[in-house]
Amino acid sequence: MIPAPFDYVAPSTVDEAVRALADAGEDAKVLAGGQSLLPVLRMRLAAPTTVVDLGKIGELTGVRDEGDAVVIGAMTTHYDVQRDPLVHDHALLLARATDTVADPQVRHRGTFGGSLAHADPAGDLLAPALALDAEMVIQGTGGRRTVSAAEFFQDFFTTSLAPEDILVEVRVPKHTGWAAHYEKFNRVAQAWSMVAVAATVRAEGGSIAEARIGLTNMASIPVRATAVEQALVGRPADAETIRAAAEHAADGTSPTVDGNADVEYRQHLAKVLTGRAVEAAMVG
Amino acid sequence: MRITVTVDGTGYTDDVEPRTLLVHHLREKLGKTGTVVGCDTSNCGACTVHLNGQSVKSCSVLAVQADGGEVNTVEGLARDGQLHPVQQAFRDNHALQCGFCTPGMIMQSIDLLADNPNPDEEAVREGLEGNLCRCTGYQNIVRAVRDAAGHMRPGAGPAAEQVADGERTTTGARGDV
Amino acid sequence: MTAMAEPEVGRARVRKEDERLIAGRTRWTDNITLPGMVHMALLRSPTAHARISAIDTSAAKEMPGVIAVYTGDDLDPGGEVGMPNAWPITPDQKTPRRPMLAQGTVNFAGEAVAAVIARSSAEAEDALAEIDVDYEDLPVVLGLDNAVADGAPLVHEDLGTNTSAEWIFDSAEAGSGGDVQQAISSSEVVVTRRFRQQRLVPAFMEPRSVVVDPTAPQLTMWSATQVPHILKTMVAMTLGLPEHQVRVIAPDVGGGFGGKLAVTPEECAAVVVAQKLGKPVKWTESRSETMVAAHHGRDQMQDITISASRDGTVTGLKVDLLADMGAYLGIVGGGVPVLGAFMFNAIYKIPAYRFSCTTVLTNTTLTDAYRGAGRPEATFGIERIMDELAAELGMDPMALREKNWIAHDEFPYTTVSTLTYDSGNYEAATAKAMQLFDYDGLRREQAERRERGDKVQLGIGISTFTEMCGLAPSRVLGSLDYGAGGWEHAAIRMLPTGKVEVVTGASPHGQGHETAWSQIVADQLGVGFDDIEILHGDTQSSHKGLDTYGSRSLTVGGIAVVKAAEKVIAKARTVAAHLMEAAEEDLEFADGTFTVRGTDTSTAIQDVALAVFAAHNLPDGVEPTLDSEAVFDPENFSFPHGTHLCATEVDTETGRVRLRSYVCVDDIGNVINPLIVEGQMHGGLAQGIAQALYEEAVYDEFGTLTSGTFADYLVPSAMDLPSFTTDRTETAATSNPLGVKGVGEAGTIASTPAVVNAVVDAVRHRGVQDIEMPLSPMRVWHAVHQGNAAAGTEGEAGGGLGSIDPAHGGAQ
Repeated sequence: MIPAPFDYVAPSTVDEAVRALADAGEDAKVLAGGQSLLPVLRMRLAAPTTVVDLGKIGELTGVRDEGDAVVIGAMTTHYDVQRDPLVHDHALLLARATDTVADPQVRHRGTFGGSLAHADPAGDLLAPALALDAEMVIQGTGGRRTVSAAEFFQDFFTTSLAPEDILVEVRVPKHTGWAAHYEKFNRVAQAWSMVAVAATVRAEGGSIAEARIGLTNMASIPVRATAVEQALVGRPADAETIRAAAEHAADGTSPTVDGNADVEYRQHLAKVLTGRAVEAAMVG
Repeated sequence: MRITVTVDGTGYTDDVEPRTLLVHHLREKLGKTGTVVGCDTSNCGACTVHLNGQSVKSCSVLAVQADGGEVNTVEGLARDGQLHPVQQAFRDNHALQCGFCTPGMIMQSIDLLADNPNPDEEAVREGLEGNLCRCTGYQNIVRAVRDAAGHMRPGAGPAAEQVADGERTTTGARGDV
Repeated sequence: MTAMAEPEVGRARVRKEDERLIAGRTRWTDNITLPGMVHMALLRSPTAHARISAIDTSAAKEMPGVIAVYTGDDLDPGGEVGMPNAWPITPDQKTPRRPMLAQGTVNFAGEAVAAVIARSSAEAEDALAEIDVDYEDLPVVLGLDNAVADGAPLVHEDLGTNTSAEWIFDSAEAGSGGDVQQAISSSEVVVTRRFRQQRLVPAFMEPRSVVVDPTAPQLTMWSATQVPHILKTMVAMTLGLPEHQVRVIAPDVGGGFGGKLAVTPEECAAVVVAQKLGKPVKWTESRSETMVAAHHGRDQMQDITISASRDGTVTGLKVDLLADMGAYLGIVGGGVPVLGAFMFNAIYKIPAYRFSCTTVLTNTTLTDAYRGAGRPEATFGIERIMDELAAELGMDPMALREKNWIAHDEFPYTTVSTLTYDSGNYEAATAKAMQLFDYDGLRREQAERRERGDKVQLGIGISTFTEMCGLAPSRVLGSLDYGAGGWEHAAIRMLPTGKVEVVTGASPHGQGHETAWSQIVADQLGVGFDDIEILHGDTQSSHKGLDTYGSRSLTVGGIAVVKAAEKVIAKARTVAAHLMEAAEEDLEFADGTFTVRGTDTSTAIQDVALAVFAAHNLPDGVEPTLDSEAVFDPENFSFPHGTHLCATEVDTETGRVRLRSYVCVDDIGNVINPLIVEGQMHGGLAQGIAQALYEEAVYDEFGTLTSGTFADYLVPSAMDLPSFTTDRTETAATSNPLGVKGVGEAGTIASTPAVVNAVVDAVRHRGVQDIEMPLSPMRVWHAVHQGNAAAGTEGEAGGGLGSIDPAHGGAQ
């Protein structure tokens, strides 16, 4: 299968990219790593008139330390995120989740920002971004703005990005020394998450001082399991605490139904996997 | 659009449509039919090549994205009639039957060994999760990759030296083979 | 000559084929480019059942690079061409005509409706979108029970029914056993189950491709096919071409598994188009096309009743099948479930047996041969119900099998379904497997886990299978109304320099014939392994053959090679005797050398070949050639068997199944190349396990295949399969001179019930008697938590492309 014809632009700065998108209008698509976009184009499920490739914009790549946050360029590949020492030290949850994204070849090309902007509810980086209170730095025709993860994800494959907007970088508040685990459940290794749980916790003197839990594919957007977080914090870091807290994982969720999981099963999985994620995080 | 790509050591300059996938450019324009297409959704990995020293699925890269880059395919692995240790190991361990997935499997195996020169069984299986094979049940592929690892470790013989050679961009790009 | 060379047969030779395959120096059909070649793309129906009221191709014809656009009526104005069904299973079978491109109606989603021919494949694909087809929807017939229900809408109105045929075997009528109804009604224990064999996609890795060159009087067709010889004859018959002006070449073929045992509308359309245009035409399908347009496999509903006495002696077996054929009958078609008729009784001595099969048409992709073809379904049915019977009786499932199987000293044994098993030793294979598996140890662990209510439960599954393969004795095929024979051809050419060319009618697509045949010929003729070249897959060099399927290559084609070699030696003996001035009967032949008995006078077969080439000094009346050919028609099937044992861990919290260990001991008779045999076992196991746990072709209520990509149809990766422990016993087949049995399908046939039995065994204490395949986590979890009630749920596509929503943004 071959994509329908399109015009191709490869700007070298973000300004140029924004301008190119504005010029091209509604039928433009942004190409980051292309690992989701190219199959879509090949299947002709999308036929943009213009493709704006961000691959030549050097400023979009890399991870840097900005005081209380780690800043990850949108075009940083999964492969580089997985191996970045800043990410490991200050946002371990992200590294753990990135390890589970697709396969090695896809991780070589696919990008952190691309995954977030694509906003697939089964994508594995959305829930960690939400759990870590990440902020999206977006540039559009009106300049730069910052949007919280909670505002950024709006619906299936829908974010607060306007057609001419570029996701430039993601500011992840430092969670230095936090334990983390991403518990993914799928039918085969290649398949998307049926449900997954992103858990990161900070223990202090045998009890849980802070906890952040995000759920993948329990709604059209990533979900924060606040009831679980509340049930964990301030309690002893033991199996009973975790078991009791995990019971709240599906509180208030209304997950979608597909061939792999009905609502009852998905909610059940959310609870089981939450328990396992928190436990695995604690064990390290 | 005019692009220049170095493939298996030879530079090629061509006009391509922006929509041309790298794998189609390789197969149809450059005659590099050793790399094949097995699916539409980037699941099968049969089209795996190395782009600038990393394994990629060439069905999910536009040819224009490879402009100025270096591509290595299964056709460029053997040197002076000597097989790459991974190729040799695939043969020795009967790691292929129909052989359609083999180019991609070999290219991905080389990449995984570059990242992890001495993988255990689990690591090999994980490293190949993006490559489907319908014939072998994977057992002999896993065996072959681990066998090749033994032959590629420094000091393991001429084959390893050959692979560690800086000119071997397909395997030596990250310098940790 | 020095000491005897080590025999080639039995050696773990690395394969000759690999040299080109590991280097990318392959010749897949899609690699072929010919001068002036144009590309064909096919528009496929998005709807499962509709009347075509209009097709407007005018805009498509105006697209850049487009050379022609054809509809079904353009290619076949008379509506006379239909794809062949070679196995009408009953005289009154209903066989709908399957056109090259749909004519009048479309009958499954994915059926080709129009063809665009363009300068490039991209331009051909571009123009598809410009073809305007008006579809008037017709009621969609899906599901076996629905299709055969009274008043069901019809797939093909002109046939008047959705039932294609009903085929029955009854042991009382055949005189091979008793009356099954009587057996059931008079037995102490009766167990009845309904099992579903879900629909599968063969999923060969190389998508299908065909190139047709019409520019010489003899048309040449390259095709990614398992069956070049059948294709040549059937294309000629189907399209009315003179057979001698058709040459078919199967170059390197990337897997088949039955999925390329076909004569396809695409191949025929490419021929007609190439002839119309006078230009070479290439068609290569995308994976998405493969999924909907290449035939599927399995898809049966099995109602099985088994009866026994309290002590576990089986008294009767009754099987009623519904088999979903899809919208048309493929080349084997209804023959696939009929093959299963002979295998439900398996390795057991069953006194009364009745099998009935109804083949049913639905608005889905057609089903046909897929690895095992009829035998996996039968093996699943019997091995599953043996476990259910054991549970009902409170017996160990292996003890129940042992009580009923054919003992090693009872061979040859004629079964209730009238086959005569030549050889086997179920006791030996089972003993070895049980020991490798640590059956008793795992049973103890299972009890302990149950005792302590472990959230991970252990189950043990058994499959003691046999199968019939090496298709097939021609007279048997004739008695089953199959349209052809089951022989195979081979020829050997002794070249002047002593090198050897072997021509085979078998058509490998991954099996390793070039290596195995070389080993056989090396031993037969006493020439070097590397001095032999195997020619195959081109009807010009290999003019006669019946190709590769049904685990037949070695047991039929390999024997033909042996027979041809014997003829070469016989011819060479005459010449050697003449050259050495000795009597023929005084010559011994060993290691490639004729020796006058009791002397040191000898001559090598290569020297004889050179002398024959020169032809200066031959006996009177002897033709100057050693070349020989043979056609071998087997007298019987071969009956590999084995004992497969599977241990699964079932996570009762999530329903996830993990394969803890898999041990199989197979008996495939003598082995030519253990490396190749082991590879066949591994791959076969992977496919059988995938049926149990992962794969299913799922249709939605509109007849759209929702598992239509590799993102949804879950072919397992290396991460999803365990390492297997494979071993063998060797009970030589008595039906052929090499003592070999087929191996290509054994692993697939045996493994599926072993896995399902293991999962059910793990959770039987929770009230579970069955879980529908594939055993997805949700199905297992529901079964565990609600007993049997929810074990069968809606079909499920896999993970999905996930990422795709054209209506929304998120392109980055």
